[in-house]
Amino acid sequence: MSAPNRSYDPVGVAALEPQAVGEAVGQALAAIEAARDLTELKDVRRDHTGDKSALSLANREIGALPPAAKAEAGKRMGEARRSVNEALERREGDLAVERDLRVLREETIDVSMPTDRGHTGGRHPLTTMMERMSEVFLLMGYEIAEGPEAEAEWFNFDALNIGPDHPARTMQDTFFVDSAESGVVLRTQTSPIQMRALLERPLPVYVVAPGRVYRTDELDATHTPVFHQIEGLAVDEGITMAHLKGTLDHLATMMFGEGISTRLRPSYFPFTEPSAEIDVLCFLCRGESVGNLGSPCRTCGSEGWIEWGGCGMVNPRVLEAAGIDPDVYSGFAFGMGVERTLMFRHGVTDMRDMVEGDVRFTRAFGIEV
Amino acid sequence: MRVSVQWLASYVDLPPEVRGREIAERLIAAGLEVESVETLGAGLQGPLTVGKVVRIEELTEFKKPIRWCQVDLGSEHGGTRGIVCGASNFIVDDLVVIATPGTILPGDFHIAARTTYGHVSDGMICSERELALGEDHAGIIVLPDGTVGDDAVELLGLGDEILDIAVTPDRGYALSVRGIAREVATSFDLPFNDHAMALADLPAPEATDAPWPCDVDDAAICEMFTLRRITGFDPSATTPAWMRRRLTAAGMRSISLAVDVTNFVMLDTGQPLHAFDGSKLRGTVRAGYAASDTRLTTIDHVERVLSPDDIVIRDDSGPLGLAGVMGGFSSEIDSTTTDIVLEAAWFTPRRVAQTARRHRLATEASRRFERGVDRVLAPYASAKAMQLLLHYGGGSYVGFTAWESPYEPTRIVMASSLPERTAGMAISAGVVAERLTAVGCEVAGSQGDGADHFTVLVPSWRPDLIDPADLVEEVLRLGGYDELPSHLPAISGGRGLTERQRKRRRLGLWLAGAGLTEVLTYPFMGPADIAALRIDEEDDRQRGVTLANPLSDEQPQLRTTLLPGLAAVARRNRSRGADDVLISEMGRVFFTTKYHDLGTTVIRPATTSRPSEDELAALEELLPHQPEHLAGLLIGQRVRSGWWGEGSPVDWAQAAALARGCALEIGVHLQPRAVHYAPFHPGRVAGLYLDDICLGYAGELHPAVLLHWGLPPRSCAFELDLTVLLDASVAVSHQTQAPIIATAPVAKEDIALVLDAGIAASDVAAALTDGGGDMVESVRLFDVYQGPQVPAGQRSLAFSVRLRAEDHTLTGEEISQIRELMLAAAAQRCGAVLRGS
Repeated sequence: MSAPNRSYDPVGVAALEPQAVGEAVGQALAAIEAARDLTELKDVRRDHTGDKSALSLANREIGALPPAAKAEAGKRMGEARRSVNEALERREGDLAVERDLRVLREETIDVSMPTDRGHTGGRHPLTTMMERMSEVFLLMGYEIAEGPEAEAEWFNFDALNIGPDHPARTMQDTFFVDSAESGVVLRTQTSPIQMRALLERPLPVYVVAPGRVYRTDELDATHTPVFHQIEGLAVDEGITMAHLKGTLDHLATMMFGEGISTRLRPSYFPFTEPSAEIDVLCFLCRGESVGNLGSPCRTCGSEGWIEWGGCGMVNPRVLEAAGIDPDVYSGFAFGMGVERTLMFRHGVTDMRDMVEGDVRFTRAFGIEV
Repeated sequence: MRVSVQWLASYVDLPPEVRGREIAERLIAAGLEVESVETLGAGLQGPLTVGKVVRIEELTEFKKPIRWCQVDLGSEHGGTRGIVCGASNFIVDDLVVIATPGTILPGDFHIAARTTYGHVSDGMICSERELALGEDHAGIIVLPDGTVGDDAVELLGLGDEILDIAVTPDRGYALSVRGIAREVATSFDLPFNDHAMALADLPAPEATDAPWPCDVDDAAICEMFTLRRITGFDPSATTPAWMRRRLTAAGMRSISLAVDVTNFVMLDTGQPLHAFDGSKLRGTVRAGYAASDTRLTTIDHVERVLSPDDIVIRDDSGPLGLAGVMGGFSSEIDSTTTDIVLEAAWFTPRRVAQTARRHRLATEASRRFERGVDRVLAPYASAKAMQLLLHYGGGSYVGFTAWESPYEPTRIVMASSLPERTAGMAISAGVVAERLTAVGCEVAGSQGDGADHFTVLVPSWRPDLIDPADLVEEVLRLGGYDELPSHLPAISGGRGLTERQRKRRRLGLWLAGAGLTEVLTYPFMGPADIAALRIDEEDDRQRGVTLANPLSDEQPQLRTTLLPGLAAVARRNRSRGADDVLISEMGRVFFTTKYHDLGTTVIRPATTSRPSEDELAALEELLPHQPEHLAGLLIGQRVRSGWWGEGSPVDWAQAAALARGCALEIGVHLQPRAVHYAPFHPGRVAGLYLDDICLGYAGELHPAVLLHWGLPPRSCAFELDLTVLLDASVAVSHQTQAPIIATAPVAKEDIALVLDAGIAASDVAAALTDGGGDMVESVRLFDVYQGPQVPAGQRSLAFSVRLRAEDHTLTGEEISQIRELMLAAAAQRCGAVLRGS
């Protein structure tokens, strides 16, 4: 700010004339409005508010005015400069936002590009199927029992009321370990776990036993020498076949949905008496494809029911072999194939798909069936 | 067991509208597994007529023999017709089956008069296959009897339905038409006409010859043995058409009248029969034990060496047959046999089973004896057979001899409430008695519902009924299992998964999350798999368990490592186009135990009571050691190439990180140590240790092994003993104490050392950590240099160190003090000097 210039004739200071100031402000505002970005605005700021700008020069003249005129001119100049500065601030804010938006816009990338730098894993659907079926029973209060895969013949056969010359013994094509006389086989069923559970656990016993079993079948679309079963066993006072039916119906509902129940057909297993085959109502057609040639069901072959497994009341002879009094305790047992369940629940048509370990098959199931 | 509905009708008078499908449904509900119902000649429409061949003209100008035949169908069917026929198994005057124009044969085959081989063929002479009667297409059907112009549809039994039933081992009685018919009668609530137990009306024995003498060594192997003899039998007599039809429908071939009759009666009644040629027998025919090392050629022309455990039929000349299994060649009836001695017996099921198994023979007879033949049926069945032989083959009946031990029916005492207690629904004692009676039992104490126990006499054809529970099944199945209510038992809370089970599941999820795909491989391996691993003789993995009957001679043993199985799966995935394969498996491996090597005594505790602890321990000792392993195989890129740039290949460090990561997730800190372990690269494998126990290995696979496996170089793997890992994890569970989270500022220092290149980085890090004391928060290797700037044989290791005090900001003085201590420890323990000093 310059010092008062007493020798000056104030009347002659044209720069402070309202019209001149108004023009300068008008030019400044127009330039501010015209600035397209922050760089241009910086130039505008210099040109219109810098030391050599018209407004600054005019402002400097105020000191030369007579005292009476100073106040008015000062007010005028103050307003003029404020309006210019405000416009600058406003414009700068707007342009900064615009710039930020532009930067973000320019940083846009194609998010449809692949994101899979690493690999996606998966759990085998047989594993997760066993876990899922087990879960139904864990929630009811059952526990999971386990046993060895190379098993004593006594557990696999004798203790289950399948004596050395029982016809059922030759029906299950058995792998013998070492020799046919070693007394050790690859378990042909998960049922030996029943006997282990009864020997190891205090009564009552409620267990479910998923596991790997072996039969000497060649691998083809419908057979595999190594497969999986899940076995259930309940031994308590007052266990009835109605409890067995109720338990199987509950499992069917949990696995296949509301309204899906089971049907029992008389059958024979040495370790249960009475024994039954388990059929489950077809969860797809719910039996409506039976006799309906127009809409056949591939899941159940239009039978309405799907064979699922075997079950029965624990043979009192099995309880006796475990040292349990069959006059006090009774029980039920059931078992089903895990492969079979996966096949009809998920439309697996070839057993080999579950065996070969093609990662495309497993990944389709993720970590849960 | 294949059974025709018409045959069933001889025992039970079924209403004509009842079809095979309905019978099948009722039988399934009663517990017989009906696998299929088929109609003989299904699809046939229009008549078939019996015709007689009048004239045959051989047409020789064609590639195959063709006959131009004149066949007389009788005046009602247009008299004599000319028919072209490609078969040549018939002669003039033979009776044949003619399909006339307009008839549709099975398979929608429309018969029309058409010109072929230069003649108008006015119909067709039918073969079995064309009528869907059988597979025989070698020639046309030649009828043994019949009348020209008769309807052949009925004569051939077309329209009859055949039920194919899979018989469970307990239901031996269902291996007969009689047994199945009884179930049909019960399920339709119709009377059962047990004509098998009506003694056939035989003529009084003629005294022209003597009945054949018989005897039994031991009632423990044979409780009833009977012989009936016929002489003067006509060996050229043919089997009647109706019997051939029944046999064919049951899936048996017609052989000769005598053989057909024994088969027919067996199918009908369930009693196996055997016919000897009397002229080939020497002295008393007896059932007994075989003398050791004697030989017998059975009718299948196989010479068999007998053991004293075999039960046989023999005479003065030696063994005549395997009792209840198969007859012998030397006494077999043949096309000249006129003197027939018919054996019907009851052999002990267990002994027949043993004999059949020893000789690997499963026959129609052994199947029935193993499951238990009706104990009293033999003389009835043999009388029925004798009657048929006499009727169709002539001759004189010369009598019957028998040996029998006393028979007592099985007696079961059952609480009358047992069925309802088992079922969980009300079943009155009256209903129980009624259903058991329907099965054929005699029920005492059944008068009224007041009796609390029944004494039940089991019928002779139900040897499977032994315990009260067996009777319960009969009661429940006759009511139908659909009657059962459905409700859940009240269970008093379980403990959920065990810690091991929970952690095993967690590891499965963790590995999947880490990008590995779980596979389940067969646990079989062989010498080639072992050799490929390049392991030495002393290696544990050589101590595999061998199977007595492996599926493949190439893989006769159980795996001792998961890696070969994973390699095979990886190879399969690669052959199907996968570039990167990251797979894992959890599964058992099997090792012989020392106990095994010494040889063991097989123990079979009695099953009438709980085995003793010693017995249970002995059973466990039989078993191989079978821990669970956890393994992974990594091939290709860990990070893929993409728009983000070049990918990075899998490496030993990733394998180690996965293995150690698994352990760490369940609280076990595994430390790597340099080891040599096949099939890994000798310089790029870490043994993973918990204290001094090695839980597994991780690293890059040996190049030669990868070459052998057909997998790309630099593939990596890891394998852990999951059983031991879970043990270790369970041991440290609940021990984790919450750390104190210090909030004072961290001081970051870098330390670069120069030292002998052979010293493990982990040892140096440990020295720095130990030397620095409590203030050392972490020591992390961030750079390794080996090259001209350090002396030969040495390398530079650079560590970033974080120091922090719990309660105050470390001063510059404190920091340099700690740093000096760290350097001193590294110098002392590892010979390290500060780089640049």
